[in-house]
Amino acid sequence: MSMGAGHAHPLYLDRASPIHRLPPEVKIVASVAYTVVVVITSRDAFWAFGCYALLILGVAALARIPPGWLASRALIEVPFVVFALLLPLVGGGERVTWLGLSLSVEGLLGAWNILIKGTLGVVSSLVLAATTPARDLIIGLDRLRCPAVIIQIATFMLRYTAVLVDEARRMRIARLSRGYNPRFLWQARALAAGVGSLFLRSYERGERVYLAMLSRGYTGRMPRLDTGGASAAQWASALTLPVAAALVAATALLQG
Amino acid sequence: MDDGYAVSAPLSLEVSGLRYTYPDGHEALTGVDLRIAQGERVALLGPNGAGKTTLVLHLNGILRGSAGSVRVGGLPVVPENYVEIRRRVGIVFQDPDDQLFMPTVAEDVAFGPANLGLRGAELAARVDEALEAVGMSQYRDRAPHHLSFGQRRRVAVATVLAMRPEILVLDEPSSNLDPASRRELATILRGLPVTLLMVTHDLPYALELCHRSVVMDQGRIVADAPTRQLLADTDLLARHRLELPYGFAPIQLPQ
Repeated sequence: MSMGAGHAHPLYLDRASPIHRLPPEVKIVASVAYTVVVVITSRDAFWAFGCYALLILGVAALARIPPGWLASRALIEVPFVVFALLLPLVGGGERVTWLGLSLSVEGLLGAWNILIKGTLGVVSSLVLAATTPARDLIIGLDRLRCPAVIIQIATFMLRYTAVLVDEARRMRIARLSRGYNPRFLWQARALAAGVGSLFLRSYERGERVYLAMLSRGYTGRMPRLDTGGASAAQWASALTLPVAAALVAATALLQG
Repeated sequence: MDDGYAVSAPLSLEVSGLRYTYPDGHEALTGVDLRIAQGERVALLGPNGAGKTTLVLHLNGILRGSAGSVRVGGLPVVPENYVEIRRRVGIVFQDPDDQLFMPTVAEDVAFGPANLGLRGAELAARVDEALEAVGMSQYRDRAPHHLSFGQRRRVAVATVLAMRPEILVLDEPSSNLDPASRRELATILRGLPVTLLMVTHDLPYALELCHRSVVMDQGRIVADAPTRQLLADTDLLARHRLELPYGFAPIQLPQ
């Protein structure tokens, strides 16, 4: 993890690429729009999904994200799509026989639909995450007029998660140092008490942070410091992805 | 109580007859009088529970006394003036993790001046100036949790310096610092052209930085004298639960 970037999250890949240099808000919009186009495409237009995959993999290549990195991170979708693999077995209607298994055609199509759309969506989010540090994501959401309260909560989370984890770690060490070594469920009481006191400590810290904010002129509204924003050219280059995907979708629609 | 500072220098801070009772009935301040002239560096000493932090929270109107008044640079601390008062009084809290709440150092230092309405190049210049003053310019894009404790405390000082305060108030500035960070902070504080009020239990630090000290106990000021003289008064120190480190005798130190 790069120290200089400050808020590099575990999915961030520190590279110098044209995709990394794009302002965060255009990447967020491009990623969401691409995913929407993928999702609304009819599942029968197999070739269209091939085009979508080529498009997003092209962007990943531009961003210098190794395919292996993408493939291993994309496994996160497995728990969500595992039931899709059952559809061909339990589905009704017309059936085909494959390797001795009797599979439902309807179920196969359903499974394909979930798998391909899920995978393309996850890969598109991964490309966004790999090219955008957490702080920039929040700035991007702010520029997209995401509600100020959400932005403030996310900003504080970004700052205080590390502080909180540190506090929890110190409390754990203190427990272990006094011979606490839970092996049975009824020994979990101390852990529960620990979680409770962590909550109280965070609550008290929240009050102290608020006092510190008031002391520096906070009046209930975070100052908007960010005057930057994407240029028309940056919007155009980022939106190439969803626009190309939309053209594919339109063609598929006309053919179907 | 006459300390020789009642000369013509304008007052940075003027507290008169200040009283405060907590909602639970505990009387924290029982009539505080304190005057600090522009450019002075004053240590506020006293045992735990003496009311030091409570007094500090009155200086910028976070708490409001039931009687008495506070003026900063002549301006009364009343709700109409809070914006200007909070610019004039820069409080550096004890835990830098409470003070540094923004994702990066530069954004945090910009928070105060941005609340005052500064934007763009003017704001950037303020941030640079404040970080420069505490020697933290090269860390501007770092996240606070990637800094050492001493660096975080220096950034905390920068966050209030960026508001160009009339008076800088520090709550336990030397706590949790290693000796080198403690000395570095002292060098920075000595070089700042502002009035300084420092709440501390670290008596040698008070002696090093502040010519004048006031002792608070049970909600009032009980002594106000040159620090060297005050630290030599063993009876006074004992009465108010103040103790010098083992082997430390201020009389032996060079003037």
